[in-house]
Amino acid sequence: MIHAAPIIQPTKVIHFSQVSKRYPGGYEALKNVSFEIAEGEMIFLTGHSGAGKSTLLKLIAAIERPNSGSVVVKGQNIATLKAGAIPFLRRNLGLIFQDHKLLFDRSVFDNVILPLQICGFEHRESTKRVRAALDKVGLLKREKSNPITLSGGEQQRLCIARAIVNRPAILLADEPTGNLDSGYANEILSIFKSFNQVGVTLLIATHDENVLQQFSGRTLALVHGSLTPESAAQAITGASNLGNLGKLR
Amino acid sequence: MITGIMDHVRVLARTIRHVFRTPASNTLNVLVIGIALSLPTGIYVVLKNLERVAGQASSAPQLSLFMSMSASKDVIARIEKQLEQHPVIERIEFVPRHEAFAQLKLTSGLADVIGGLKENPLPDAFIIHPKLTHPDKLEALRGELRMLPQVEHVQLDSAWAHKLGALIKFANLVIWFVSVLLSLALVAITFNTIRLQILTQRDEIEISKLLGATRAFIQRPFLYFGLLQGLLGGITAWLIITVSMALLNSYLANLTHLFASNFALQALSANDIMTLLFFSAYLGWLGAWLSVALHVWRAEIK
Repeated sequence: MIHAAPIIQPTKVIHFSQVSKRYPGGYEALKNVSFEIAEGEMIFLTGHSGAGKSTLLKLIAAIERPNSGSVVVKGQNIATLKAGAIPFLRRNLGLIFQDHKLLFDRSVFDNVILPLQICGFEHRESTKRVRAALDKVGLLKREKSNPITLSGGEQQRLCIARAIVNRPAILLADEPTGNLDSGYANEILSIFKSFNQVGVTLLIATHDENVLQQFSGRTLALVHGSLTPESAAQAITGASNLGNLGKLR
Repeated sequence: MITGIMDHVRVLARTIRHVFRTPASNTLNVLVIGIALSLPTGIYVVLKNLERVAGQASSAPQLSLFMSMSASKDVIARIEKQLEQHPVIERIEFVPRHEAFAQLKLTSGLADVIGGLKENPLPDAFIIHPKLTHPDKLEALRGELRMLPQVEHVQLDSAWAHKLGALIKFANLVIWFVSVLLSLALVAITFNTIRLQILTQRDEIEISKLLGATRAFIQRPFLYFGLLQGLLGGITAWLIITVSMALLNSYLANLTHLFASNFALQALSANDIMTLLFFSAYLGWLGAWLSVALHVWRAEIK
């Protein structure tokens, strides 16, 4: 008996369709942006500061809502999502912030356990996961330290540990290598690649040329709130990017 | 299910640890709430005791009819007959003057003073138990009896009880008024405490929201804190009342001994205590809830 080869139709985890975002006061951060991201992709979002990178990430995490168009994340439309459903959407996402957003009134360990407490994990299981996440970013020995005593690169890695402890399907990183020297930046980039290898979808906003030179995958470039023509051409994952997808699988 | 309960226990434990992290200000808060609550509770206890006294007296109204000192035995016998046949009088007791004198010596604790008297100053008297209870009708009966010959004075013994009853009714209104005001104070104290906590934990709240915390998760520690603070305030009020009552009672014991009575203030009943603790905890919770609603959720809508 001959089996038909299964058609690989990657699931779209993030889908932007003609999205515009205007802030009160009239500033238009995103103009008519459309693209798709399939499960398991690792994509860089580039552009100068003020090009709309952070806004785009905020729309995915439902921190902001679009003025027009639709943002669909894991099948849920951000524009119409009820406030009560937002926490549960965010639990699928690992957020890595440019300013880290760490809590300095508690230890490294307690910072990382916070997402698990929020999701109601049992304590012993949480402890195991926190140690695993800290181990992955090389901070296991610092678990009792206060984050204020960590260097910039270590704080960034702590922020990554907190973002992955929940084992999210999607990681969103806003300038994860900003203000770091190239050694630290490469370290963080290799951590991201290892996540991607186990199937995590990553969207990384950066303007770091060094990082981009090492990366051969799909990039989305924003200029003044719009995708560049080159990016727009490959904005749809399907046809134009099968080669790239093949590499990922 | 178990995990859910453990969650609550953990948050409660964290809240209690939080209370002990700033013991001075929290103790003061609890004390302020306790004192605020002890005021209406204290008035309530005093009123309840007054009501008890007034209730004992006014439940069986009676009149005392004093004959004039010069009334002869014949006159007294005639009046006794008249009273016995009176339609609104249930029964009467005749208290001869020598008996009243003997009893006065026995019970008032003033035997020494009375022993010094050369002759009995008391008149013959009747204690009249009427069938009526209405104050106006009793007053009418008193007027009627006073017109009888050789009657010196008729006293409505329960009149003071009725006046006291009316006063107590008024005081009950005062209690309500004071309770409502001080409950508002309790809510305001908790509201402000929680507001300060929210301000110092802004970052934690903000980050927790970004990490997928639900409304319930974020507000739970604050609500528990308000509940706990209110409850501790209620317990403080209870202690304040209990200690004050013990002090007053030991003083009263001396006083009532002098008056040959064994009156003692009755403490709060179990029911009263439960009500006090429930309300203080509820009001604390309410203050916290209002504060969270205003400072966490309303701040969100920009």
